[in-house]
Amino acid sequence: MPPLETETAIRLGGVRVRFGKTELRFDCAIRQGEIVAITGASGSGKSTLLNIVAGFETPDAGVVEILGENVSHRDPAERPVSVIFQEHNLFSHLDVATNIGLGINPGLRLGVKDRGKLAAALMRVGLDGFGKRLPPTLSGGERQRVALARALVRRKPVLLLDEPFAALDPGLRSGMTSLLIDLHRQEGNTMVIVTHHPDDVRALADSVIFLDQGRVLLHESKTQFLDHIEIPAVARFLGK
Amino acid sequence: MPGGLEKRLTFAAGVSCLGGIVLFVCLAAYALLAFDAPDTSGQSGLFDAYVWRVTRFTLLQASLSTVLSIVLAIPVARALARQPSFPGRVWIIRLLALPLGLPALVAALGLIGIWGRQGLLNTTLAWLGLDQPISIYGLSGILLAHVFFNLPLAARLMLGGLDRIPGEYWLVGANLGMRPLSIFRFVEWPAIRGLLPGIAGLIFMLCLTSFTLVLTLGGGPAASTIEVAIYQALRFDFDPPRAIALSVLQIALTAVLLVAMRLLMPAVDEGHGGGREIRRFDGRDLTGWVSDSLVIALAVLFLALPLGSVVASGLRSDLWKLAGDPMAQQALVTSLVIALVSGTLCVAATAVMIRARQIALAPRRPERFHRGFASFISLSASLVLLVPPVVLGAGWFLLLRPLGDIAVFAPLLVILINMLMALPFVYRVLEPAMITHSARTGRLAASLGLGGWDRLRFVDWPVLRKPLLMALSFACALSLGDLGAVALFGSQDMVTLPWLLYSRMGSYRSTDAAGLALFLGLVCLVLTVAGTPSSAKNDKGSNDAAA
Repeated sequence: MPPLETETAIRLGGVRVRFGKTELRFDCAIRQGEIVAITGASGSGKSTLLNIVAGFETPDAGVVEILGENVSHRDPAERPVSVIFQEHNLFSHLDVATNIGLGINPGLRLGVKDRGKLAAALMRVGLDGFGKRLPPTLSGGERQRVALARALVRRKPVLLLDEPFAALDPGLRSGMTSLLIDLHRQEGNTMVIVTHHPDDVRALADSVIFLDQGRVLLHESKTQFLDHIEIPAVARFLGK
Repeated sequence: MPGGLEKRLTFAAGVSCLGGIVLFVCLAAYALLAFDAPDTSGQSGLFDAYVWRVTRFTLLQASLSTVLSIVLAIPVARALARQPSFPGRVWIIRLLALPLGLPALVAALGLIGIWGRQGLLNTTLAWLGLDQPISIYGLSGILLAHVFFNLPLAARLMLGGLDRIPGEYWLVGANLGMRPLSIFRFVEWPAIRGLLPGIAGLIFMLCLTSFTLVLTLGGGPAASTIEVAIYQALRFDFDPPRAIALSVLQIALTAVLLVAMRLLMPAVDEGHGGGREIRRFDGRDLTGWVSDSLVIALAVLFLALPLGSVVASGLRSDLWKLAGDPMAQQALVTSLVIALVSGTLCVAATAVMIRARQIALAPRRPERFHRGFASFISLSASLVLLVPPVVLGAGWFLLLRPLGDIAVFAPLLVILINMLMALPFVYRVLEPAMITHSARTGRLAASLGLGGWDRLRFVDWPVLRKPLLMALSFACALSLGDLGAVALFGSQDMVTLPWLLYSRMGSYRSTDAAGLALFLGLVCLVLTVAGTPSSAKNDKGSNDAAA
């Protein structure tokens, strides 16, 4: 990998996406090694922004850069990112080990070293010995941790999470949150997390991108953001 | 077009499949329209009295069949809906599904066994001293057979509609003290009424293009439909102009009907009934129970007796001798090969077209060409219905006859026609499964870089195997039971099971026919049951014996 001139992990420059009559516009830069929360009301474009970075959505105009490289025209698999969705992160007919193994090699050609990596990842998310289990036999939290383990073995510098805790109970949420913080400390990767929960913002984020009607309304540190209750949209989001 | 080589190849394959199908249909239509009549003096008689009479009869029998099926189905559906805990209700509902999987020829044989000259009914009447046997041939026989097939279909669809009525309605009805008549008027009838246009359209279409039943039970030129008349014009009279006139009429009729169904009639939701538990408070009193039981018993007798007759006479025939009959063995092999090849082709082509359609529609704002392609694919699934098998066969018959012996092309044509016949059904089984599958796994597979063979092996095949095999099974059943395509091309060199059955019926080797019918009926039923999505997942208890 060439030495990086900037500390920017992700940059969206003049990105525009049209959905029927509405047009979303995104301009923002996300620093390396941060946990960034993307938040805002429903329909403000949170998931669309994530899909643009991941490559599931192609902008009508603008540039998408990851680690200084223009990836606008690359397929999702060719971008240096891992993605975790709200659900359906695992192929439900394949066992846990196979699901993670497909993240190492899409043809499941795994060497001894790879199997070691796989076992280590399972250990790190606290699912040691779950390799032969099928996803439907796991709880929602366990399934999300398997998805996290797969993201770990892929070792991509950017991790994108789309409402990863939305389907979990409050107890599981806090467990997942601390696991994410631990992993982030060890890996030092960039995490972009879409959430509509103020609690997630408080617990996880270094900085916050707040979207309103398809525009970036605010992009600042968490403490600054939490003070911005004079802005009606932010106050509504924080429930104040 | 977004995406890599794989997507472009799939898209191209989908376009070629669609192109091939369109070409196959259009060439047949072209052959019919452009056929040069050797004797132009016949031109004046193109739409002669005979053609008009056949057309009038076709419309008459289709209308009567539709009305009879629907009117008789309403009390059956209502009785079954009012008695949710009727003994054996699940099996009665399954009995309603049986005729659809039965080859028409086998059903015709069963109906003759009950209603025919030597059938159960006439024998009983004679024993009682009445000697005016009921004749099953002619209009009455055609209506009887159409009601046998379509009454259960209509009843099942209506029952689905009645079962979807919110449970609170029955509570409110009981609370208000509504009598059965007002419950029917204010609750049940509105639910059924909404379904009627769709059901009527479907049944009218099935009866309009009915071939085998009319051929076997029509009993002569007086009771012939357009489909049968086309076959007779080509096979017996060799009168191409007449076949062409009839084909054009048939296409026009089905086209008008298809357009009307698309514009005027809502799609029929295929509820199977017998799903969740329903608590109804009407029909619990004695009169209600007795009258419902009577209606159900009559319906069961009407459906089960012909089926029983097929089984009984089949078992009486010399099955061992039949199994050793080289003709029957040959027919079995031919039928199986044709069914497997046409079924596999149909499933593969349909799957590729559905995938290509998804790829075309994947971008947020698909290009005009891609949008057109996508809607053409979904349209083609019903456009195939526009050109009935006999018309398609007639076109290719005329097209290939100058090239030599038609028997040489016969197997290929029968395979292709059977494939097209199955297309709408296979499309309906596969499309929802493939859409759900790609919604669940599409983005995930893309983000992991799973493509081509890996994706097929790990992601698609394990999940889609079941719907694909189900579709294949259904397509094979259709092809195995088909007489329409093979009737035009069948010869000494190509005998399928239905064709053998038909010729043995005609040559009064009726014990052979009975054995063949039993065998064919069983195979087709098993394949159809395997190919029908079960509602068993919603059924709690009482359903452990899987059908």
